[in-house]
This record gives sequence, C-alpha cells and structure tokens, in this order.
Amino acid sequence: MLKIENLHARVAGREILKGLSLEVNAGEVHAIMGPNGAGKSTLGNVLSGRDGYEVTAGTVAYNGVDLLTLAPEARAAAGVFLAFQYPVEIPGVNNTYFLRAALNAQRKVRGEKELDSMQFLKLVREKLKVMQISDELLHRAVNEGFSGGEKKRNEIFQMAVLEPQLAILDETDSGLDIDALKQVAQGVNTLRSPERAFLMITHYQRLLDYVVPDFVHVLADGRIVESGDKSLALKLEAHGYAGIGAGHAAAPHRAGAQA
Amino acid sequence: MNSMINDSSSATALRDNADVAEALGRTYSAGFITEIEMTGLPPGLDEGTIRALSAVKHEPEWMTEWRLEAYRHWLTMPKPDWAKLNIDPIDYQAISYYAAPKKQPKSLDEVDPALLETYEKLGVPLHERAALAGVAVDAVFDSVSVGTTFRKQLADAGVLFCSMSEAIREYPEIVQKYLGSVVPTGDNFFAALNSAVFSDGSFVFIPKGVRCPMELSTYFRINAQNTGQFERTLIVAEEGAHVSYLEGCTAPKRDENQLHAAVVELVALEKAQIKYSTVQNWYPGDENGVGGIYNFVTKRGDCRGDDSKICWTQVETGSAITWKYPSVVLRGDRSVGEFYSVALTHHFQQADTGTKMIHLGKHTKSKIVSKGISAGRSSNSYRGLVKMEKGAEGARNYTQCDSLLIGKKCGAHTFPYMEVKNPTAIVEHEATTSKISDDQMFYCRARGIPEEDAVSMIVDGFCKQVFRELPMEFAVEAKKLLEVSLEGAVG
Repeated sequence: MLKIENLHARVAGREILKGLSLEVNAGEVHAIMGPNGAGKSTLGNVLSGRDGYEVTAGTVAYNGVDLLTLAPEARAAAGVFLAFQYPVEIPGVNNTYFLRAALNAQRKVRGEKELDSMQFLKLVREKLKVMQISDELLHRAVNEGFSGGEKKRNEIFQMAVLEPQLAILDETDSGLDIDALKQVAQGVNTLRSPERAFLMITHYQRLLDYVVPDFVHVLADGRIVESGDKSLALKLEAHGYAGIGAGHAAAPHRAGAQA
Repeated sequence: MNSMINDSSSATALRDNADVAEALGRTYSAGFITEIEMTGLPPGLDEGTIRALSAVKHEPEWMTEWRLEAYRHWLTMPKPDWAKLNIDPIDYQAISYYAAPKKQPKSLDEVDPALLETYEKLGVPLHERAALAGVAVDAVFDSVSVGTTFRKQLADAGVLFCSMSEAIREYPEIVQKYLGSVVPTGDNFFAALNSAVFSDGSFVFIPKGVRCPMELSTYFRINAQNTGQFERTLIVAEEGAHVSYLEGCTAPKRDENQLHAAVVELVALEKAQIKYSTVQNWYPGDENGVGGIYNFVTKRGDCRGDDSKICWTQVETGSAITWKYPSVVLRGDRSVGEFYSVALTHHFQQADTGTKMIHLGKHTKSKIVSKGISAGRSSNSYRGLVKMEKGAEGARNYTQCDSLLIGKKCGAHTFPYMEVKNPTAIVEHEATTSKISDDQMFYCRARGIPEEDAVSMIVDGFCKQVFRELPMEFAVEAKKLLEVSLEGAVG
C-alpha cells in the first residue's frame, strides 16, 4: 500500500528526514518510535502534504501512485488520514457540518454520491455507538474549547467517519490520561481491518499496550535505524533510545521513563 | 484607536492567473442589464431639477419646499473627508436624478414582464403566487417602486407598506410628522443631498399594538446608466408594535462609478421593536477597481419610547466604497440598540462602516458585534461611536469588533470612539485581528476540503454571531453571497 524509499525532507532549510525507507501493507499496524527531534512528526506531515516541508530526494508510492505530487485534499480523498498531534480550532464552524463537508468533498472526488443530512446523521450515530463517544462533541464548533482528550477523541471519531485506508496517528497518545488513552486505543482497534493500515507515531510504549502493533520501527536522526516486532518497543521501554541503531540517537534522552 | 496593516508573509498569497480571472468573471451574477424603455430627467442638478422631480411625482407643495430647503443647505456644506477612504471627486452635474420605467403600473398585474423577469433572475419573484412565503416585497427599480406584494393582507392587519412616493400622496400627515425627524435634512452632506433629490423608497407604518404578520422587504435595483439612486425609507412602529424588515440591493456591472446615497429613518415608540436587516450586494467594481457603486448611506433609528428596541443587522459585500454607520439614539429609558455587522471587502473595495450608539435615557443598553473581512488589496475600517450622555444613568454598552485578514495586501482598521459623561455608565470594548491561519487551512485540506471551500467555511464560522441574527432565508443568502464574493481570494 505504502512504499517509502530513501526519503529526504527539509523544514526551513534544515534536513530532517535523511533517507527514510518503510513499507506498509494493508491490514498492518506499524509503530514509529523515536526520541524528540528524530523526524517523527515530519514524516506524518510530509505524507499528508503540509506546506513548508520540502522533499529533496526519494519517493513515496501509495497504491502505485506518486503520493508527493498530490495536493493534501487529493491525498485525503485517496484515503490518507492524519490524526493531528495538535488538532486545530475552527471557531463558529459546527463539528458535524465540518465532518460532512469533508466526507462529501472526498466522496465527490472519488465519484461517489454525496450524503444528505439524514444519511450523514445516520452514519454519525452508528459511528458514535461503535466508538463509544458521546454525541455532545457533535454540537460544538470544531475543537473549540475542547480539552486535550476531547480533541484526540474527535480525531479518532473523524477517522471512523472518513474510513481512510492509511491512517497516520501523530502522537495521538500524548497528553492523554489513562482513561482517554484506553478510549482512543479502543477506537483504533475497532477500526483495524484487513483493508486498512495504521502508522502510529508515538513517543512512548504505553499506547502499544493497548494497540498491539505488527511492526515497531525506531526513527532516529531522520531514518529508520531498527525494526522489529512488539518486543522492540519493550526493549526501548527498558533501555531508552540510547544505544539503539548503532548510536544514531543524536542526544541522550530519557524516553519511556513514564509509566 | 488602533490601526494595522497586515504585512506578514502568509502562504495565502494573491493568486493571479487565468483560472482566477475566470472565476472572478463569474463572481457578480447580478451584473446583467435590463433592456426596458425608460423615462427620466437629464443629468444636472439645480432648483429646477428638484421642482421637476417633485412635479413628476405629483408631490404636494410642502414636499417640494422641504426638498428645496435641503438643497439650499446642501450647497453650503463641505464634503465629509474624515473617513479612511479614497474617493474620486464626484461630478454632481453629470448624474441623472430621476430614471424610471416608461410604463407606470397601477398594480402588480400591470408590471412590465421585463421587470418581473429581472426580479425573478435576482431570486425575488414579485408574483404573489410565486412570492417568497411569508415575505412581502417592495421592489424599487432605479428611482421608482415598481410593485409591492401582499399589500391587502398587510392592510387587513393595519400595516401600511408602500412606496414613499405613494405615502407622501396618501398618508401625508404621517410622513410630515416623521420624515426628517430622525435624520434632519442638514444632518450631513449626503443626507442633505438625499433630502433634496430622493426619488423613492419604502414606507412602513405599524400601528399601536400590532405585530406585523410577515417579514417586510425592499429590493433595490439600480439599472440605468449615469443615474444616482437616492432612496428614502421611513419605518414607524407605534406603541408596542413589532416589525422585521429586510433590504437587498444589486446593480449591473458598469465601468463608471454610480452614486447611491440613501437615508433610512426608524422610529420606535414605547415598547416597540424594529429589526432592520440589510444584505448589500451592489456591484463592487472589477478586480482592477474599475466601476462599482459608491454606497454613501445614512441610517439611523430613534428609540423614542421607553422600553423600545432597534436592531440593525447588515451583511455588506458589495459596493466599490461603503460609507455607512447605522445608528441608534437611545432616548427612551431602558431602550435597547443592537448592531450586528459583517463587512467583506475584496480586490480594491473600500469600506468605512460601523455604528453610533447614543445613550440618552436611563438604563439604556447597546450591543455592537462587528466582523470585518478583508481580502485582495481592499481596505476595511470599523468606525464606531458609543456616547453616554449625562442622563444615561446605569447605561451599558458592549462592543466586540473582530477583523479577519485573507492574504497580505489588505488592510483592517478599527476606530472606536467613546464619550462617557455619566459616571454610572459602563462601556466595554473588545477587539481582535486574526488571519486565516495556515494551520486551519491545512487541517481542512487534510480532511479533504478544497482550499476555497475551506476559506468560506472558516469565514462563515467567523461571521456566525451575525448570521444568527438574520431571518433564516436571508442567512442562507448571506452565506452564499460571502462564498461568491470570496472566489479567488486565496491560492
């Protein structure tokens, strides 16, 4: 589904990704771990097409298409979803209205029929039930005045409604208390399917207790320095990033110190 | 007083390519011209013009004299130059002060089909069977009213709704009592000009205790070339009466600037309520700033009775230049004045708009919510006066004034004036200036929403507080208008 080869990218003239390669197949859950500044969020932003991220070398093939040539909205319509690390507030715009506009914009590009309000409401109700989210979020403006946990849950809820093929979760676990973390994880688990792939960018191992990944990769200094299964995450938890991948972690960092 | 020019380097730069030019070509859908036989006065302005205008309209002597007095006053007045606007000199002798369709209909059935078609194209059908449900319309075409719907139903309720010309002939005692009582003939340069040469407009009278059974609206259309439109509207709500009134405005695309200098007067007696909403979409000129309407308007409401309320809501997207400050004089004790405004400028449009809340009575309250949106190379200023006079015991004002900038060549300015002469009065002012952030744009796009839709959505959210105050059908219209007006604003 996703094949990243030798990806180099800069932000504000500084090279952040330095030859990253990664292959993700449908149905798989990949965790990308790494210390601060390793390039984890840059990877998510490059894949979803944010302005200001300049790709200087390498390729990203998504279902055989050159992903890097597509505008962000075209990537979304093609099934790429980024759960934001810091979801953005849009004052005065109703959350449900926003989500329907997003879904219908995507459906339009894919040549599918747009949903009217009734059909959409039905879909939203189903998803709320499956995700065990209260409908209170629906009546508020997009992320406006949401707590950190509410924002993250809203991202997962959007993902449930938009049904992407490739979901990139950018530190969706950060800043969550344990109950919120469990709820977010449960949402992700509900959405796991043979057609869908997940790229979970995370700093800590604890999310992986609840969403068990098929693969764990360590990203350090702009490239994948070690890959393995779930046990790699536990090893990181025990020993930190220092010493992983032949000393690629640039600075000593006490990761995984928090339970 | 604060003033800022947005010069930061956002990614939403002005796009300048063929696609956008094409999109903009589509932008002003009301820009067509109606081919119809017209009659009128030749360009020029002197006492003879005014006498001729008054004669064409079969006005009584007192009206002619009233006009002449205003004209003589106008000749002595300087043009206002305090607004933050660049206005090319206006040649008042080059304007025709009266233009009307040749055939004057006696009833709606006799209205020229070309005119009916014009209003239908604009989405305002005048046939009563096709008319907007629950909305009575007075249609003003250039200088005259061409038809008023639902008159009989309204008359049954005791409501008078007709053109100003008819009102002068048929209800002279009411007109004489109230005309000029809120905006005196010599109030300001453009009001004086209007008093001298006003051609038509709407007249509404709601008698004591009556709640107007439907929304009233006037649809103003400028069609003829080299013509100024000078309409005059008077709304009187007697004790305990309620009315909601809406006006819409469009004009064809022309390369010359055209002058529109209107006066609107509202009078609310004890416990009366008037809600006046405007969706103003005069031709704004093209993307190079050529053509467009000069919209120089004096609107004022007088809360003459205790516990009365006047609410202005305006959505201003059109006109090359807007100079307009709908105001409320809070004379009655505990009277309430509200002003909700969305003003959008794009390309080379200029707007200097806001409100005045003059608190005279005890425990009077006013609320101002102003949302200014600037795009392109436009300039958008909020100018507001809150005045608490000596007698305004315990009066309160709350002002919220937000500006949103799109692109990096536009300007937003805020000029709040406050005069507080009563120590118990409370005045609050909040102001913000923001840009559509790159983060907001990316968030929308990452969810699949294309750029232009994202901008409309964010702008719509920004304006929500004001749109909520509009009658529902018009809220939808206003939202669409904003979308169209923003086409090509980002890239």
